[in-house]
Amino acid sequence: MAVVFKKTQGLTEKEFHYCPGCTHGIIHRITAEVLEELGVLGDTIGVAPVGCSVLAYDYFNCDMSEAAHGRAPAVATGIKRSLPDKVVFTYQGDGDLASIGTAEIVHAAHRGEKITTIFVNNAIYGMTGGQMAPTTLVGQKATTAPYGRDEALCGQPLKVSEMLATIHGAAFVERVAVDTPANVKKAKKAIKKAFECQIEGKGFAIVEVLSTCPTNWGMTPVDGIKWLQENMMPYYPLGNMRNPWEVE
Amino acid sequence: MAKVLMKGNEAVAAAAIKAGCRYFFGYPITPQNEIPEYMSKELPLIGGSFVQAESEIAAINMVYGAAGAGVRVMTSSSSPGIALKQEGISYIAGAELPCVIVNMMRGGPGLGGIQSSQSDYFQATRGGGNGDYRTLVYAPANVQELVDYTMKAFDIADYYRNPVLVLGDGMIGQMMEPVEFKEPEKMELPEKDWATTGTKGKRKPNIINSLRLDAAELEDLNIKLEAKYTEMEEKEVRYEAYKLEDAEIVFIAYGTVSRITKNAIDLLAEEGIKAGLIRPITLWPFPNKAFAEIPATAKALMSVEMSQGGQMIDDVKIANEGRLPIGFYGRSGGMVPAPKAIAEAAKEMLGGVK
Ligand SMILES: Cc1ncc(C[n+]2csc(CCOP(=O)(O)OP(=O)(O)O)c2C)c(N)n1
Ligand code: SF4
Repeated sequence: MAVVFKKTQGLTEKEFHYCPGCTHGIIHRITAEVLEELGVLGDTIGVAPVGCSVLAYDYFNCDMSEAAHGRAPAVATGIKRSLPDKVVFTYQGDGDLASIGTAEIVHAAHRGEKITTIFVNNAIYGMTGGQMAPTTLVGQKATTAPYGRDEALCGQPLKVSEMLATIHGAAFVERVAVDTPANVKKAKKAIKKAFECQIEGKGFAIVEVLSTCPTNWGMTPVDGIKWLQENMMPYYPLGNMRNPWEVE
Repeated sequence: MAKVLMKGNEAVAAAAIKAGCRYFFGYPITPQNEIPEYMSKELPLIGGSFVQAESEIAAINMVYGAAGAGVRVMTSSSSPGIALKQEGISYIAGAELPCVIVNMMRGGPGLGGIQSSQSDYFQATRGGGNGDYRTLVYAPANVQELVDYTMKAFDIADYYRNPVLVLGDGMIGQMMEPVEFKEPEKMELPEKDWATTGTKGKRKPNIINSLRLDAAELEDLNIKLEAKYTEMEEKEVRYEAYKLEDAEIVFIAYGTVSRITKNAIDLLAEEGIKAGLIRPITLWPFPNKAFAEIPATAKALMSVEMSQGGQMIDDVKIANEGRLPIGFYGRSGGMVPAPKAIAEAAKEMLGGVK
């Protein structure tokens, strides 16, 4: 019988702990598939964040390091500078990357650090129980924004990809989503390019993935996907913002 | 090898390179800037890497990454910068990674000043980061020791898989003295088979981590760490006992202040007062056992520090176990104790206990 679908070698046997309907699992899977397809698993060191994906080090089938909250890009810098021939990636949530770790991600991009960042934007702090993130939408309720995010008090949600795309050292910047099979395929393609960007030594690469948190959004998984499409996508438009193969 | 005249800060950097350090991550702060400057000049020439990080927080986390990758790595800073590094130091200790951290202390609290101080003793020996952890702390008193103990720090860090601090101050960082770069004695060191260097498909993934969500597992880690710290307390204590034999008063002083205190001892000797010194070289583990050498002639102890009211004095009290009265002489804010003032304080104390 022909095998049409099998588990990727990029993931270990460990069962994910993610909530039902959470798209962290899909993002793990496509990232792992890319590493396997590129044949770099044995040469890869991943850096896990603090957030719901804190246990990512148990899931990816490669060497992994667990970083302090927000510091993954600095940890990845230390690894990449010591082992320049290896493939180094960070996997970070929006609280981790866009709040406590803003300086680290901006400066890793600014240095043109040859690492790849998978940035999971679910517009909320998942792990700690649904507090407001810098990416929380205006009007969106969170446990620390019980009346909905007020722009006058908290500003507009931070558009990380747009911000990083202004930085010269950021060679590859793309925003994707994992809401439909077609978009999952596109997301995987972008993640692959982000790793190729690193492997070809072109500079810093980041893929922002719009993701759901049905648990803290207080929705069913299906409604969560719908909410993402109707609310996040208009504010966080999908698309490529920097591509080293297109710009000279 | 011939002696060379070197500034303390440059000597630290040169010693680190001699010890095999090829990676340095730092952020500028006075009075230790010659260390990153030296590293930025030398490391690229020998296949290493220097990164001027965006902050001390980033620098120490780069150290975490590099140490996890199994290389010899160092960072340096001065007091407010070391305060920022405490987060990372706790993670490094928790993940059991070896690295060397240099603190050329300046006065505080807060932004403080830029002149010498010893007011980070608590921070260095108690840990400013969270959790049950310890860092071995060397406190060299001259540039030669700065070199010797910086080199040794790399071996000790690798042996115990633990961060090691070299605690100097602005004075030792800025002073020039002749130094010799001796071949350090060889230590049997364990393989770094835990490092994240890529599996090559030949082994199970290695994970560098300080997270233990299971309470029993975290307690197990703490028990393991404690055993390591106990071994350090047994094997790694270093101190100098100076003119203790028939001392009436015993000073306790470390680093640059120990040298000034030796001058005070000479001044007292001129007046027929016998004074001695216990100089901790390791601040943690503290040389409690040195206190067993204090002769029966001693009437008092005196902690001399560049700190207001004293910090090391707490350890002196523990080591003394209530046997002798303990005095203190200190200056702070970048003020340096003068030998004469120390001698006067000692005389006053002796007068009180006679
Ligand atoms: C220094 C520090 N501050 C706060 C925390 C608590 N904390 C853990 S996860 C988290 C938020 C994570 O949110 P995000 O990065 O968006 O990831 P998600 O859980 O949504 O996937 C916070 C604040 C911590 N672990 N360390
Ligand atoms: S809390 Fe939210 S982000 Fe975290 S696993 Fe559950 S659904 Fe996913």
